[in-house]
Amino acid sequence: MPRDDVTAETRQSFTKVGTRPLRPDGVDKVTGRARFGADMAAPGMLIGKVLRSPHAHARIRSIDTSKAEALPGVKAVVTRDDFANRTDELRDILVNVMAREKALYEGHAVAAVAAVSAAVARKALRLIEVDYELLPHVIDVEEAMRPDSVLLHDDMFTAGVDPVPDQPSNVAKRCEFGHGEVEKGFAEADIVIERSFRTEASHQGYIEPHACLASVGADGQGELWCCTQGHFMVRDTCAALLGMDVSRLRVIASEIGGGFGGKTTVFIEPVALTLSRKAGRPVKLVMTRDEVFRASGPTASTSVWVRIGVTKDGRITAGEAVLKYQGGAFAGSPVEPGAMTAFACYDLENVRAIGYDVVTNRPKQAAYRAPGAPMAAFAVESVVAELADRIGMDPIEFRLKNASREGTRSAYGPTFGPIGLVETLKAAKAHPHYSAPLGNNQGRGVASGFWFNFGGQTCVSLNINIDGTVGLAVGTPDIGGSRASMCLMAAEELGIEYDRVRVIVADTSSLGFNDVTDGSRVTFASGMATIQAARDAVKKLCARAARMWDIPEDAVVWEGGYAKPAGANAGDFQPLSLRDIAAAAAKTGGPIAGHWEFNAENAGPSFATHIVDAEVDPETGRTSILRYTVVQDAGKAVHPSYVEGQFQGGAAQGIGWALNEEYIYGADGKLQNPGFLDYRMPVASDLPMIDTVIVEVPNPGHPYGVRGVGETSIVPPLAAVANAVSAAAGVRLTSLPMSPPKILAALEAEKGAQAAE
Amino acid sequence: MAGHHVSTTINGDAFEFVCEPDETLLDVLRDRLSLTGSKEGCGTGDCGACSVILDGRLVCSCLVLGAEAEGRTIATIEGMADGDRLHPLQRKFLEHAALQCGICTPGILVAAKALLEKHPDPSETEIRYWLAGNLCRCTGYDKIVRAVLDAAAEIREGRDAA
Ligand code: FES
Ligand code: FES
Repeated sequence: MPRDDVTAETRQSFTKVGTRPLRPDGVDKVTGRARFGADMAAPGMLIGKVLRSPHAHARIRSIDTSKAEALPGVKAVVTRDDFANRTDELRDILVNVMAREKALYEGHAVAAVAAVSAAVARKALRLIEVDYELLPHVIDVEEAMRPDSVLLHDDMFTAGVDPVPDQPSNVAKRCEFGHGEVEKGFAEADIVIERSFRTEASHQGYIEPHACLASVGADGQGELWCCTQGHFMVRDTCAALLGMDVSRLRVIASEIGGGFGGKTTVFIEPVALTLSRKAGRPVKLVMTRDEVFRASGPTASTSVWVRIGVTKDGRITAGEAVLKYQGGAFAGSPVEPGAMTAFACYDLENVRAIGYDVVTNRPKQAAYRAPGAPMAAFAVESVVAELADRIGMDPIEFRLKNASREGTRSAYGPTFGPIGLVETLKAAKAHPHYSAPLGNNQGRGVASGFWFNFGGQTCVSLNINIDGTVGLAVGTPDIGGSRASMCLMAAEELGIEYDRVRVIVADTSSLGFNDVTDGSRVTFASGMATIQAARDAVKKLCARAARMWDIPEDAVVWEGGYAKPAGANAGDFQPLSLRDIAAAAAKTGGPIAGHWEFNAENAGPSFATHIVDAEVDPETGRTSILRYTVVQDAGKAVHPSYVEGQFQGGAAQGIGWALNEEYIYGADGKLQNPGFLDYRMPVASDLPMIDTVIVEVPNPGHPYGVRGVGETSIVPPLAAVANAVSAAAGVRLTSLPMSPPKILAALEAEKGAQAAE
Repeated sequence: MAGHHVSTTINGDAFEFVCEPDETLLDVLRDRLSLTGSKEGCGTGDCGACSVILDGRLVCSCLVLGAEAEGRTIATIEGMADGDRLHPLQRKFLEHAALQCGICTPGILVAAKALLEKHPDPSETEIRYWLAGNLCRCTGYDKIVRAVLDAAAEIREGRDAA
């Protein structure tokens, strides 16, 4: 029998895992053959378009769709009246999908049409008459928290405070984490630094706009093709909003052109389904880039206050933070993970982080790569850098002295198991980048970061084909090469060649429920399910070999891709390959398949340390990133190229967030830069090569030691870049993005302060 | 609206189509001719996902009208491989893992090919500036730039050998 107990320890030697084969979906993606969200069509298809509020905050008195409905070629118009109201946990999603009493932000959907062409649909939108009563709005997080602020929801009473407030406010929730006594800790400190920090909302910036093709028949059965990080979530949410049985809606995940957390909810999908049901024809709905910016989720903008105390010899005695995150028009900003992760890198006796989840008249935020953590790390790691500087200690030494390690009680509660922060710090310190010389106006920044990682509900199916090849069905969309990792793990377990495994992302009718591709969970959880499904198949393969040899099942072992007699006593038989057993399947009991379904736990957190060199032009305030190195713990890198890719991509997004990207609002509460020209993401000429170092401290929660790697890489860069820019400019920058005007203003203020002294 | 009748050559094949006067070349390629390899990331000329070659020039097909294709020659991602033989750039993108989600890949490949046809031996900086009109949100460009450098070297070697 195969050994089940291998799971208990982490495997150390591999033949496939850790190599860099070509990805199985690669040729489709370099030839234009891969089909993404907007690449699908159906016979008789209509084109859907959404009418959006031009106002930041307005009561919707009435909507008159009669003229639009009368336009030739228009087949369906829907408004709030076409969606049943709800009071459960899906209410916010429903109201975000289609406005009800009020338009809560500019871009909020108020109606939608389906017509025979895009031109007719656009014309129909102009014929819909919406009677708005304009209301004052609030955009800024601090303003929204004032007692006299405009209110978005008159039934929002801050949760998490005792007693519950008797007045409604824009604060959805208060949360608090920590342990020890911070005041006692600060009393022990020789130096205490406190500062306030601001970050602006940034967008995930996936290049593929949201897109779907919906088809609901007169029999009430529906099919939906869409680009999403989680088609099971889409199915369950849409079925609930439309009042359908879950079994009647089949959702097929297209190839996905980036998500980064932004495709973990629904926007247009329920609208397209409702239009299709009303029109009785398939409806394709694709967002424009303008709509993506105005109406899909950016991340929160934040205001964070941090105070940290140290002794002269570099021991942190206390850390404290107050985090205020606005997450748009609905509760749910990522302030909780922000507050939990803020001090996660440090082994602290006294620590407290308090968070406030705030609503404003902006689009509902969506998850963005390690949601909430980068902004908190920006604040904490900036103060940590400043403290190291003040006590004259090397910033990596300072971090090493206070770093979380195995056994540390984390600032958010649990005690850490084996973690790799110290290893990343040591590798960063030893990296040639860290000791390279710097020129004039150049500075070096370092920062560390943490992300929990997630496991979650997972179900996979692994079929042994008649020719000994393997078909693997997973339920987690492949957002950056995960199919290659799945093939590697299945091949490793079965002892067959990588290219004999073919993996698909199965639709919602073909597998049990799978959580969304988020929380850096896929290589960990779908990977573990793949390994277990392969082991399940191996058990059955061994049983078939036993039958072919006519010996007991437990007298067969699986080794290096072959069934073999367990020992001399079991009998003398030629080993049978997977192919041999598969070929005989019809005669030994029929098809052979392995399955695994579970709720994965023990995802194993991942830590990273980044080093960056920046040059600031004192004349213009422009920053250039000269050199960048990412050091991160991957537990075990299954396909190192795609692990490096995650490191590099997260760093690049973080650089954009730190230097350029922001949602800019006018006094009218309208977004002023809803396009790639003015919302400036990094382009190739903005960046240097991004060096990577993969550290491997195995995660005991995974048979191969894997930790998720997708998110941690965006946690350190905001702080690392801010530390580099501050060192280069000679003045501490506390507000992102560090655009040239802000840097110039900081330089001017510094000059003024020096002159006054 | 009256339709325009257009005759054009795409990837070496003659095509005829009727399009509306305000329809972009990208819409025509994707919606009328089922050539969905060219992607729409923005529709405003800012992301490069829709890059095609029009009479030898690299353009954003979202900024060209379908009617302007009359009598012209267009090359799209669908014509880049020679049958089942991938172009060196396509191969190098796979070898270097220069794509994660792959939505930017067709546009970047088309743009990179246009670069190498003009400048067979570009420096890293030249590649970065040439590709500055092509957004990739996943990779941080590192592996893309390396793949282009490697493909350029291979193509040059092939020429020298020939
Ligand atoms: S779609 Fe043409 S440049 Fe973005
Ligand atoms: S690979 Fe996703 S945008 Fe480039």
